[in-house]
Amino acid sequence: MARSLAEKSHAPKPGAAGPPARKALPDLDRVIHERVRLAIVSTLAVNEKLSFNELKGLLGTTDGNLSVHARKLEEAGYLACAKSFEGRLPKTEYRLTAEGKRAFEKYVAHLAALVGRGRIR
Amino acid sequence: MEKRPLRSVPDPAELGSRAIDNLRFIRETMERASSFTAVPGWGGAVMGVSALTAAGISTKAKSADEWLGIWLAEAFLAVAIGAWTITAKARRFGIPLFAGPARRFLLTLSPPLAAGALTTLALQRAGQTALLPGIWLLLYGTAVVAGGAFSVRIVPVMGIGFMLLGAICLFCPPSWGTAFLAAGFGVLQIVFGVLIARRYGG
Repeated sequence: MARSLAEKSHAPKPGAAGPPARKALPDLDRVIHERVRLAIVSTLAVNEKLSFNELKGLLGTTDGNLSVHARKLEEAGYLACAKSFEGRLPKTEYRLTAEGKRAFEKYVAHLAALVGRGRIR
Repeated sequence: MEKRPLRSVPDPAELGSRAIDNLRFIRETMERASSFTAVPGWGGAVMGVSALTAAGISTKAKSADEWLGIWLAEAFLAVAIGAWTITAKARRFGIPLFAGPARRFLLTLSPPLAAGALTTLALQRAGQTALLPGIWLLLYGTAVVAGGAFSVRIVPVMGIGFMLLGAICLFCPPSWGTAFLAAGFGVLQIVFGVLIARRYGG
């Protein structure tokens, strides 16, 4: 019932996190599309490898936020994560996998195509 | 928009503007992640003032060695000011100094400076100190152009300014050397220091 009501009155889709302006891009890679994950991938696209703390510093994000989103990317196979010890401190290093690079390029190409189709200005 | 069924394709113009927004976000993130932005503006200006002071003092030097001593002291002072203000600015903006762009900036800045130090030693031993001002300006400019490849665009422009000044100085009368040093490490450094400070947050 509630569902049919929503279907009738709201063109912008309800639910789903994130500001409304960022929804409704069709067929885009959802794993990369999220802002923090997009920032992680963009940053690693221009830095071969970065430690957790370096990445955190460059992105200006929190520990929790970064580790949650880095894990999502890792699960998708886009991010490789190497854990080691520097003295007694654990060190995590991230780099993009070949698959991650391809996915990023595809995502950017997809956006570029959308821009072309929209014929903006 | 209101009456549109749920599964419809959104307005292409709107889609395009979101895509543009996203592309801009990607470009800005990549730029931030690949250029070193903690170049010291006010720090550079202070280095410039100290260089003008050194130039003033060095005109009263009684020997070539005394003149060189004054400028070496100034070089150490300038390096200390630079290191301190870069560290402070990087900390203020939360930029890691030994990773990514900052690391590349410092690694490319260093070799020409090391070459300058070695050349200084060799020329002093050969009694050719008159060549030093031109070489210093040229090599400092080289260091800044090279390091500036990993920084905001104004930095390599400043480096080119130093290189030009050094190149001219090498072919001018040796007695103009101190004036060239004052113009480069003093005036040029202050002008760009203030520009960087105003545009790039200190």
